[in-house]
Amino acid sequence: MTTPMTKLDVLPLLARLTHSQRAAVAGVSRIETYEAGTRLFEEGGLADQCWVILAGCVMVDTQVPGRGRVVLQSIGPGELLGWSWLLPPYQWHFGATVVSPTRAVVVDTQALRMLADEDPALGYQLSQILLEALLNRLQATRIRLLDLYRNPA
Amino acid sequence: MTWLPTPYRVVTRTVETHDSATLVLRPVAESLPTFRPGQFAMLYAHGVGEVPISVSGIPGDGTLVHTIRAVGAVSRALHDAAQGTVLGARGPFGTAWRLDDVEDLLVVAGGIGLAPLRPVLTHPARRTVLVAGARTPQDLLYEKEIVSLSDVEAVLTVDRGDHDWHGRIGFVTEPLASVPLDPACTTALLCGPEPMMRFCARTLLGRGVPAGRIQVSLERNMQCGVGLCGHCQLGPMLLCREGPVVPYPVAEPLLLAKEL
Amino acid sequence: MNLVLDLDGLDALIRVLRDDGRVVVGPVLRDNAITLAELDSAADLPGGWGVEIGAGHYRVRKRDDAAVFGHSAGPQSWKRFLHPPRRVLMSSDGNEFRTAQDTAPDYAFLGVRACDLAAIAKLRQVVGGPAPFVIAAQCTEPGELCFCASMGCGPAAGPGYDVALTERIDSGGHRFLAAAGTVEGTRLLDRLPGRAATQEDITLAAQDVDAAAQRMGRAMPEVDLRDLLAANRDSAHWEAVAERCLTCGNCTMVCPTCFCVSVEDTTDLDGNAERSQRWASCFEIDFSYLHGGAVRTSGAARYRQWMTHKLGTWRDQFGTSGCVGCGRCIAWCPAGIDITEEAAALAETTQLGGE
Repeated sequence: MTTPMTKLDVLPLLARLTHSQRAAVAGVSRIETYEAGTRLFEEGGLADQCWVILAGCVMVDTQVPGRGRVVLQSIGPGELLGWSWLLPPYQWHFGATVVSPTRAVVVDTQALRMLADEDPALGYQLSQILLEALLNRLQATRIRLLDLYRNPA
Repeated sequence: MTWLPTPYRVVTRTVETHDSATLVLRPVAESLPTFRPGQFAMLYAHGVGEVPISVSGIPGDGTLVHTIRAVGAVSRALHDAAQGTVLGARGPFGTAWRLDDVEDLLVVAGGIGLAPLRPVLTHPARRTVLVAGARTPQDLLYEKEIVSLSDVEAVLTVDRGDHDWHGRIGFVTEPLASVPLDPACTTALLCGPEPMMRFCARTLLGRGVPAGRIQVSLERNMQCGVGLCGHCQLGPMLLCREGPVVPYPVAEPLLLAKEL
Repeated sequence: MNLVLDLDGLDALIRVLRDDGRVVVGPVLRDNAITLAELDSAADLPGGWGVEIGAGHYRVRKRDDAAVFGHSAGPQSWKRFLHPPRRVLMSSDGNEFRTAQDTAPDYAFLGVRACDLAAIAKLRQVVGGPAPFVIAAQCTEPGELCFCASMGCGPAAGPGYDVALTERIDSGGHRFLAAAGTVEGTRLLDRLPGRAATQEDITLAAQDVDAAAQRMGRAMPEVDLRDLLAANRDSAHWEAVAERCLTCGNCTMVCPTCFCVSVEDTTDLDGNAERSQRWASCFEIDFSYLHGGAVRTSGAARYRQWMTHKLGTWRDQFGTSGCVGCGRCIAWCPAGIDITEEAAALAETTQLGGE
């Protein structure tokens, strides 16, 4: 299970890693392609992977009685999908479905955590990458809460 | 003649969304000078009042094209104006989008903010990227038209999706953070709610787009359009003259001040 | 050319202007204040009346002499004639738009002080309109709230007058040195009964005006006011002012240069509509209304807007200060807020750049 390094080198998300750190991440990840409609994970399932989308689109959703599956967020090229693997109990909080043909780097997150435990320098850089992505997601979500485009009338 | 509107007749009215419509106005006799993208007209609805509305199209045949969202009494009256109605128009007023030396064009719009940016989508550029946000799929303006523009790479995103929506769900800053750009060669034009423009500008600065190449379209109460009524002040600017299109480095400190 | 007029000469001046078809407007005593109204003769002038003025305070008082221009700025200014409180802009029948007939008369303003002469120029720069004929009154007796000297607007009348009068009452009698500032002014003086001015008349008048510069009741801090205001956008001081400010807008109404207007639409039962403008104030909540709500709602933000525009951003917009130092805003503020004190308070806590 190895991602070609050329794929990781062009990801802005991983730009802060050194070449050898990227090589380590490549060693625990692979490239997958998904058909539209593929269900990637379900709420409550074991969170042992995360995805960096290269092309296509994935929707994060949750089940609401009476409304069915409600989509909360789309994840597009260059963006990170999946956070629940970071901390115990490693259980998916939401579900995710591929909505258009998608290619993604899939990371074995248990192996990634072990890499980070063994190499604190890599662990620190990974934390920074994840925090930055998380911060962007949090800020964008907060702005959406403002409902800026509502009609004031 | 500053205050005297020129009569224009509504020749077509196209419903865009549940609260927005596009009017094509033809001069009854005399016509106003040609508008540039980003400029606005003061549109008058008989007996109701007058509001500033940007041009959302420049067909070059003497007609005026405006997309109007009904948000108050006057904009409601304009939005509802049926074919044949005579409206008054004054203008062109304000600054236009600066489009000289454009290499890559990045157009970022939120909600009705897409209307004043529609005329630039066909401006010649090496590459044109549109990132547009709306509340729901039903609130997206000009969706069919945008998809048909083969030279525009469009990323449409909504705050809340539905079962039929297969585009993006999220705020415009998210695709903006990852859309492929050549930052040093990018001219970014932003129009939407003020917080949206601040956050987008910050995202673009973070990606290396030079501040001087980011332009924003600002809005304040406008009643005269010619610097006489005093309502549209934003710090040192009279936005009807020095705006609505303002370079981001000029706008940023003013947008950060509270209640300015 | 310079002429010395007595009261009869002043009366003749008014008569000649009226004979020429002008509406002569000048100071009159009305409702216990020196107001501005059309003059029929010099007898309408407030001879012997002065004012006692302070922050939030204005009273007329009897003078010891019969001076007609011995009073500082009153509640009104020439703004009301050059930029009327309400003006029809256009009318509409739904198909055609018609401009309103401009019915402004051919004005001659009599007794315009240096501060107000400067204000007329600043106001006309924004709102335009025909130039009035101006008979200035040189200021020899500034009031307790005057600071035209520190705004560079007085006490000597700057350019823009047709005739300037300097009033003097001494053993030589009650008289006015009349100096023409324009060809039209000279032509007017040619038609008046008076004696040619001597060098002594001219020297005395100049001395009186020079002395007035030293007797200003107020002064602006000697800093670049535009820089001062720009540096204080986020100052905590605005909250301190807001605790006293009632946001009544009096300062903007009495200010001789505040030009802001709001537009109003009215309709009649026949389906005709009229648009008009009326004086507006940046202290009104709706002044900054944008679909959904007002931008400036707090008193602090609204006071900051007014003062910053008046002293600072006016220069960005029109190349000059919006303040002439007449002191009206101080007198007519019910809370006695003093723009010179507020500027001084800001200056005290501000280190302005400029090596």
